Amino acid sequence: MIENNKSYSNIFLNGILNENPIFRLALSMCPAVGISTNVMNGLLMGIAVLFVQFCSSLTISLVKNFIHPRIRIPTYTLTIATWVTVTDLVLAAFFPVAYKSLGIFVRLIVVFCFITMRLDVFARKNPVFPSLVDAVGMGFGFMLGMMAIGGVRELMGMGTLLGYDILGFRPLLFFVLPCSGFFVVGFMMAIFNYTEIIYNRRKRARSVA
Amino acid sequence: MTKSTLIRWFICICILLGCTACKTEHRFVKRTEFKKTNIIVICFAGQVDESWANNFKSFRINELQDPDIQLKVDRVELSKDKRTLKIFMKDPLNKSNPHQVALPDIMSEGKSQGTAMVSVKKLYWGNLISILIGAMFIYNYVFVKYLGLCVYLGVTQKKSTAIGMGFTFTIVIIFSTSISWFLYQYILKPYQIEFLQIIVFIGLVSLTVQAVDTILRKVNPILFKEFGVYLVLIISSCLILAVPLIMAAQNYDFFESLMLSSGAGLGFFIALFLMSCVRERIDLAPIPESYRGMPIAFIVSGLFALSFMGFSGMSIF
Repeated sequence: MIENNKSYSNIFLNGILNENPIFRLALSMCPAVGISTNVMNGLLMGIAVLFVQFCSSLTISLVKNFIHPRIRIPTYTLTIATWVTVTDLVLAAFFPVAYKSLGIFVRLIVVFCFITMRLDVFARKNPVFPSLVDAVGMGFGFMLGMMAIGGVRELMGMGTLLGYDILGFRPLLFFVLPCSGFFVVGFMMAIFNYTEIIYNRRKRARSVA
Repeated sequence: MTKSTLIRWFICICILLGCTACKTEHRFVKRTEFKKTNIIVICFAGQVDESWANNFKSFRINELQDPDIQLKVDRVELSKDKRTLKIFMKDPLNKSNPHQVALPDIMSEGKSQGTAMVSVKKLYWGNLISILIGAMFIYNYVFVKYLGLCVYLGVTQKKSTAIGMGFTFTIVIIFSTSISWFLYQYILKPYQIEFLQIIVFIGLVSLTVQAVDTILRKVNPILFKEFGVYLVLIISSCLILAVPLIMAAQNYDFFESLMLSSGAGLGFFIALFLMSCVRERIDLAPIPESYRGMPIAFIVSGLFALSFMGFSGMSIF
């Protein structure tokens, strides 16, 4: 059951900051490395994941009383697979260009660990509305992470953002290469770690003083 | 005794595969093959007329998937015995797809032999081996296609775990892809329910993992003790679902899908082994505090990916 001291805004921010699927949990890194060459791809992938997470959280939190605990993981997998099929067909029918640029990763949303994890950790134990808030938070966290990586790569590689020319020149063509995803994710994680280390050090110094 | 039986079986399979490799659709055309990057060679049963061969404007050559895009012929060359025709194309051919060649009104010693529609394919064995090598190195699933990264980062802390995972993974992926192939070709395709492939394949993967788990536990408990822990992890890897999906999208036959899955498994094994070797040494190295753990692992994988880019553009057979 939801605790009283946890408000909805806390649940929502939890997915974006404390348990960001990409930078904090380091789960489902494949799309973060594979298709984050520009912001648009990150946005589209984020929307797809948000939709799948939202719908499966809704489904599971509605039927949670009918699921036997021993078969819960297969149930989650099949629920997610159903919604991914829906997303896949809708994208293929209405947004063929976007669908092509995302490639096989739309179908692979099924095996993104953090969706199953959220269903098991949150949607199984909570009523419908908090689970929806949690799902939206998680989805936004993923989307923002993808867009951040995509933004760095697009800005550094092509000098553009969302297709608009920002810098007017191309700083480092290296970032357009497919394999630079690894480097960008690694450097961004290191920067996050660094700020955390500095923050903790300041806090400790203040508490000592 | 067993050895000779094995050899006999092997020869039978060779003959069977050989037969599938060299059949053509027209009685007058004996053999078709690709040569170099832009040449199609066609062998005829009899002599063909030079005037017919030089009228190459009427040949229609296209990829089997899109018959609307006609490929341009640069020139043709007839051999001295007038039985082999070399067609030089203007642009390099995409040899991974089968091509269709339409030869209207083949004239042999003044007589018409009718119009021939023949397909040109890569050599069957060469194709199999190129799929295997391609999945292992050229399109390595971890370093070139960026799939299966969760498991890859999770189990490469120690060399022994990496080897165990790679081994288990290869076996499971070969099993599950073979079963998926049967299900896809004989149930999903005939009833036209291909859109269910995601649900069916993911269900099948979890079933296979469960089955391997149960069988291994009963048959070989010692092996189970060593590899049982990795079995649960396998379901969360993108790779295990991506391979059946690619298999279905490319419409591979059984042996091709077998090669694809074993290539993917072995490629994953190689990636895990390389990475675990590096990470064991990284643990001893003085790394800045903020880079410890995940960030340095990502940067090392980036370097591996850069080096694997050297394989790109390579083509075998």
